[in-house]
Amino acid sequence: MTDFTMRVDQNKYLPTGSGEVHAIVTVEASGPIERAPTVEAAEIIIVDTSGSMSYDKIAEARKAARAAIDTLRDGVHFAVVAGNHEAQIIFPDRAMLVPATPESRSAAREAVTRLVAEGGTAMGRWLRRAADLFSDFQQAYPGAIKHAILLTDGKNEHEKPPEFAANLAYCAGKFVCDCRGVGVDWVVAELREIASTLLGSVMDIRRPEDLEADFRAMTQAAMGKTVADVALRLWTPRAAKLNFVKQVSPTLEDLTGRRTEVDALTGDYPTGAWGGESREYHINVRVPAGNVGQEMRAGLVRLVLPGTGEVLAKGNILAQWSDDPVQSTRINPRVAHYTGQQELASLIQEGLQARNDGDLDTATARLGKARGIAEKAGNEETAKLLDKVIEFDPGTGTARLRRDVDKADEIALDTRSVRTVRMSKDPEA
Amino acid sequence: MVSGSCPACGTLVLAGEAFCEQCGHALGVAGCTTCGAPAVGADGYCENCGMLQPSDRDHVEIELEVAAGVSDRGLRHNRNEDAMALTAAGTAADTVAVGVVCDGVSTSPRPEEASQTAVATAAAVLAKHLGEGADAETATREAVRLAAEAVAALAEKGGDAPACTYVSAVVGRRQVTVGWVGDSRAYWLGPGSEALTGDDATPGTHMLTAWLGADAGEVVPHIRTFTPDGPGVVLLCSDGLWNYHPEPAALAAVALNATPRAAAQRLVQLALEAGGHDNITVLVIPFGPGDQTEATVVFPKEQQ
Repeated sequence: MTDFTMRVDQNKYLPTGSGEVHAIVTVEASGPIERAPTVEAAEIIIVDTSGSMSYDKIAEARKAARAAIDTLRDGVHFAVVAGNHEAQIIFPDRAMLVPATPESRSAAREAVTRLVAEGGTAMGRWLRRAADLFSDFQQAYPGAIKHAILLTDGKNEHEKPPEFAANLAYCAGKFVCDCRGVGVDWVVAELREIASTLLGSVMDIRRPEDLEADFRAMTQAAMGKTVADVALRLWTPRAAKLNFVKQVSPTLEDLTGRRTEVDALTGDYPTGAWGGESREYHINVRVPAGNVGQEMRAGLVRLVLPGTGEVLAKGNILAQWSDDPVQSTRINPRVAHYTGQQELASLIQEGLQARNDGDLDTATARLGKARGIAEKAGNEETAKLLDKVIEFDPGTGTARLRRDVDKADEIALDTRSVRTVRMSKDPEA
Repeated sequence: MVSGSCPACGTLVLAGEAFCEQCGHALGVAGCTTCGAPAVGADGYCENCGMLQPSDRDHVEIELEVAAGVSDRGLRHNRNEDAMALTAAGTAADTVAVGVVCDGVSTSPRPEEASQTAVATAAAVLAKHLGEGADAETATREAVRLAAEAVAALAEKGGDAPACTYVSAVVGRRQVTVGWVGDSRAYWLGPGSEALTGDDATPGTHMLTAWLGADAGEVVPHIRTFTPDGPGVVLLCSDGLWNYHPEPAALAAVALNATPRAAAQRLVQLALEAGGHDNITVLVIPFGPGDQTEATVVFPKEQQ
């Protein structure tokens, strides 16, 4: 069984008249990692087979899909979907998921070999097809882990935005989807929207030949998940205003709008499936100011299985009013760290947007400031990617936009802007 | 839950209502002291407005024939997370006074439960072992071990662990045995007043280096036996007192010329007047070699 622990980092002391409470909630799941989990699981591999995938990309995509198929644990139900302007289940030969066995894997590998690149791109339809396969499976195996991999190389061109939005909304909550963009012609914002809605990740794969290793790693990670459909349940006091709930590690994800009401004071935020891993959340709530010495519970955070209501872990977010400015003005280091990580991501995204809009002053200012934060906070990978877009002078702290920027570097910087680093020094240590 | 049922007639009542609409029963009794909702959780927080409720431990005084204790919430904390116990123990031939003070760690959940559990466990264990003729050091070691276990058992799966400090004294006819974990202190006040304990804390800070709790690891108490040169007082206290008055001489000046109860009250008052930033708990146990009459020598003014 997977064990969950929760820890709340905050400075609970507030100055008189204030009610602004920030806390970082760290959730850790530990469990049997070496032994293959016995939980039911399903995997759908969705490969872009639009015309642009021709030549080496489709060849590498076939290899990657085969690597994913090979990594499936025996008994995991799976299917392979080929996507262009429509979605076709290329394995199995019926609209259902089948358990992985030596025979079914071999048949799936064979089917993948026959993938050809032609047609357009309509990712919402691919996802809807996957959702329907998962829904049928869900009937027989409630509580199973449901995961999909989506690979594309292009823009979502053959589906109108309203249709795409409807398809995506249809899929929400039905499965977790990790997205991969290969090459330089896909749109980061599109894959981010999919991954965000379906509680998965986005990564850029610069070279098609890197797909195989990535698919294997992604499938392995999916096979390591042991608990499906976990929710963060948050109670806040009646007179409180909940400003935001964000996942801040390993990636930034604003969950505020994803709330499902449980009762008047309590809401659930979906977190998807968990294996042996750790995630952190930043919660900001404003409570009515109290008197010096009074203590208030500003939030009760529970990790729950919404189906059964079972509480896996819980923690308190507190507020206590103090007239000691030394106590009340201290900012918790973990809150400060993740506030910085959020600022860094915004600066990068705004900077790249400004650069594309031709507003070079704003772009330089934002990306230059981001470079400084990245250096200080220990975001080494981000700093390196920023250096491919700007020239940064560490002596003066000034930045200049580079004239020739590899599109792949820009995509990598944008895609990875939501990945955060953990605090380099733990103040508790 | 924001609503509950009327304790008198069982009708559903809404948060914030002062009386049951069905039978008129006053609901405020069990309600939140801030918003009035009849929805205070077992952990002391109102389930409607979140405010932590004051408890009946805000000010407590206990008195034994020859010893006394006072515990107070202080002026800046919303509740009293300190706890104390005082009891007579030992055998008929050799009666001893036993005191225990524990200070709940504010940054842990349910600290008041940790301290209460620890003092109750330790006092019972000390009384049992001393009653069976065990020596004070053995009894103290056993008391700390079982108190630590009891506090560790309060931790809930997946949450932080409740925690507290510990200090106890076994005051016999000829010797005093103190045991401690954390930064609650024991003082000898009398001829050659001194602190009997050394804090388990990073010097100059309140960062504890040892405590009772599930996250404390193995708890190894400090134990010290002391033979006073003459009559005096053993003082056990939480940091709510010694933060303001750490000097043995200053404490002795207040504690020695009063009955134990008056001495404990005065010491608490002193800490309140100094700011009362923390909970304050004080146990005063007189020491006097020989019998009870001799023991009263500690209170010269009383005799006059």
